[in-house]
Amino acid sequence: MDLTLKVWRQDGPGKPGEFKEYEAKGISPDSSFLEMLDVVNERLVEAGEVPIEFDHDCREGICGTCGVMINGHPHGDQKGTATCQLHMRRFSDGDRIVIEPWRATGMPVMRDLIVDRSPLDRIVEAGGYISVNTGGAPDANLIPVPKPAAESSMDAAACIGCAACIAACPNSAGQLFTSAKLAHLNLLPQGQPERYERTIAMVEKMEEFFGSCTNHGECEEACPKSISIDNIALMNRDYIVAKFKDRRKAGQT
Amino acid sequence: MTTTGRRQDTKPARKLPWILEFYRSDVAKKWIMAVSGVILLGYIAAHMLGNMKVFFGPEEINEYGESLRDLGGHLVPRTHLLWIMRIGLTAAFAVHIHAAYSLTRTNLQARGRIRYDVPREYLAANYASRTMRWSGVIVILFVLFHLADLTWGTANPDFVRGEVYDNMVASFERLPVAIIYIAANLALGLHILHGVWSLFQSVGANNELYNKWRRYLAWGFTAVIVLGNLSFPIAVQVGIIS
Repeated sequence: MDLTLKVWRQDGPGKPGEFKEYEAKGISPDSSFLEMLDVVNERLVEAGEVPIEFDHDCREGICGTCGVMINGHPHGDQKGTATCQLHMRRFSDGDRIVIEPWRATGMPVMRDLIVDRSPLDRIVEAGGYISVNTGGAPDANLIPVPKPAAESSMDAAACIGCAACIAACPNSAGQLFTSAKLAHLNLLPQGQPERYERTIAMVEKMEEFFGSCTNHGECEEACPKSISIDNIALMNRDYIVAKFKDRRKAGQT
Repeated sequence: MTTTGRRQDTKPARKLPWILEFYRSDVAKKWIMAVSGVILLGYIAAHMLGNMKVFFGPEEINEYGESLRDLGGHLVPRTHLLWIMRIGLTAAFAVHIHAAYSLTRTNLQARGRIRYDVPREYLAANYASRTMRWSGVIVILFVLFHLADLTWGTANPDFVRGEVYDNMVASFERLPVAIIYIAANLALGLHILHGVWSLFQSVGANNELYNKWRRYLAWGFTAVIVLGNLSFPIAVQVGIIS
């Protein structure tokens, strides 16, 4: 396949950037999107130019490191797929592909297609943990968890933290990410002791960086793990309850 | 660690009273928008229903206007309950608008100046959800005109206080005014179409049992309100009411 790429190039954080066009000739339709970029970069290096920088790690859709805006769609227009799992057969010969970094004030561009996603780490640090006793491993199934609750928690835990939700949101809101991380723990018995403290801490940390939700639902469409906006409703409810909760009575169930 | 992307930190130096502390959060603002939205929706429904009396003749609707002032009967001094409702309604409007304004500013800031090069192809966001800010502005401008037209009478040369039926006919007989009412109610329809659905998410009312009914409710409620409200100017224009 012969393609034309229009790629955002930027030397460093805060530096001015611009789009540059590159020819990508003879690309195999079986290669992944990142492999296509690898080929383009090899040619750039051979030609003595600076290669296009992009984030990537596992390349099997589970780490959340990769992720770029492809023709206006986060991770490309294939639903439930991360950039690394997007294959070039999704495109046609002669296509022009516009590749942009995620855009949000909270995630400034570091270089080319790489953005600073560390605010997501700050959000998780704020409350994405549970307290457990040290010592020997507890018996399995010691704490009964209703099956549907375990499933919902697991669905939320599928979040790989790629930030496509924030990139897709017209408000650059971090709600889908934060709510997935909250639902993951808040839905389980093990997450109950810190439930309300966690919700307030993570929501307020999120609000330091990102916008607010207007219930468009674009995030769910963009999510490579198809995480549901049901989690956002859960987060909203838990936040409001947490704000009015009398902590002295938190031991009561 | 880098803090370059941090939204402007506006944390006050000292702790605010709990209600203001609560209102500082975006999630809380959305909750307040939902609650004030419910109040406004309830008002819209009652307003539309009450105005239906216009189809039953001048006595019915004039009596309706009069009984609003007599609300509470012998238990409350005349017009006091009406004024309490008016103050509550104004407060709901004020807080709804302030939260919308504040969140819009936050969101524009969070989004930043550099936009995507490729125009967005929206997959889930619909026309109603993307135009909330515009339809909201249209609705508030219309409300001000509507008050000037049929409450204060400043925008209606033939206005006579207490003559609800005649005032309505005198106002809607003017074609431009009828068009303004129709256009504004369509904007209101768009606003509440997204609002009714969205408020369930904002307060966290999410349950597999009724999730899809939230959309049905939004469509149903919007249809009833818009058709009801449109019937008044149209009825006057085609001469059913005169």
